[in-house]
Amino acid sequence: MRLDIILRVLAKLLIPFAVMFASYVQFHGDFGPGGGFQAGVIAAAAVIFYALIYGLPSARKVVPDALVEAMIALGVLIYAGVGVAGLLLGGNFLDYFVLAHDPVHGQHRGIFWVEVGVLVTVFAVMLKIFYVFAGRSRSPVDSEDAS
Amino acid sequence: MGAAAIGIARQRNLFGVVLLSGIYSFLMATLLVVLDAVDVAMTEAAVGAGISTVLLLGAIYLAGSTESKPIHKPWLPLFVVAVTGGVLVYGTLGLPAFSDPQAPIHQHVAPQYLKEGPEKTGVPNVVTEVLASYRGFDTLGETTVVFTAGIGVIALLRRGKPRKRFKSRDSAKAGDGGGAS
Repeated sequence: MRLDIILRVLAKLLIPFAVMFASYVQFHGDFGPGGGFQAGVIAAAAVIFYALIYGLPSARKVVPDALVEAMIALGVLIYAGVGVAGLLLGGNFLDYFVLAHDPVHGQHRGIFWVEVGVLVTVFAVMLKIFYVFAGRSRSPVDSEDAS
Repeated sequence: MGAAAIGIARQRNLFGVVLLSGIYSFLMATLLVVLDAVDVAMTEAAVGAGISTVLLLGAIYLAGSTESKPIHKPWLPLFVVAVTGGVLVYGTLGLPAFSDPQAPIHQHVAPQYLKEGPEKTGVPNVVTEVLASYRGFDTLGETTVVFTAGIGVIALLRRGKPRKRFKSRDSAKAGDGGGAS
């Protein structure tokens, strides 16, 4: 894998577009199809693609394990935090109308942050599952080929 | 899709099974696009055809790629599956016709969501609006489910001590790779 130049060049070309598409799906999700779940999986797929071509260790360097594990919890916390923010500002749990002066803007803001939370958790969980699967090896010697 | 499903059931070589299930997922995604469920189609294409194929290939690498011969004859499971499928098909006969606007599901809260949603939330995409705003609690639950799944996988598959050893060797190899590229 390491020396396969066609795969490496193609991956280098494609991965930026995959990440770009993921962020488009995320931030344009209010207007077109998409949202946190979709963007999360697409972004995770981009990183997994990178890991397949360039090897698991270099992917672990780009997105380290500790960061992924923190992100798993962080996403849920962001989501629940939006709910708590609504509580603190005098609404119900997950009530977005109170998040800004204008209720419609409040809805926008709430939906945006909720989707960010979903994105973070889904991305991290998908990536983590791939990492633990690919990190295991049949015999201790050839852990490299798992990627 | 039927052909892919039969192929999956008959195939003994698990590599072929994984590729066929990827094909099945792509066909499913196109079907969902035809049904105008683009959001679901995206997820199906990315998760079903992309990530789970990679994960299954990883599992094959760990577990070996040929399925062992079954010990029992498959008649009892086949019977159960056939009966369940028959009952389910019989159940669909009682459902309203496909895309019938008078169906009960389109009479309850859906008109309200469609009519009021864009004005109240300022979000033109009804799927996002219902998912994140009207059904915010459900989506919080879903996110928690994903979170729990991740924690479960970590708890099952992550290894304590050997992993540190792997990590140091991995980083050494990554250093080599970085030099080569």
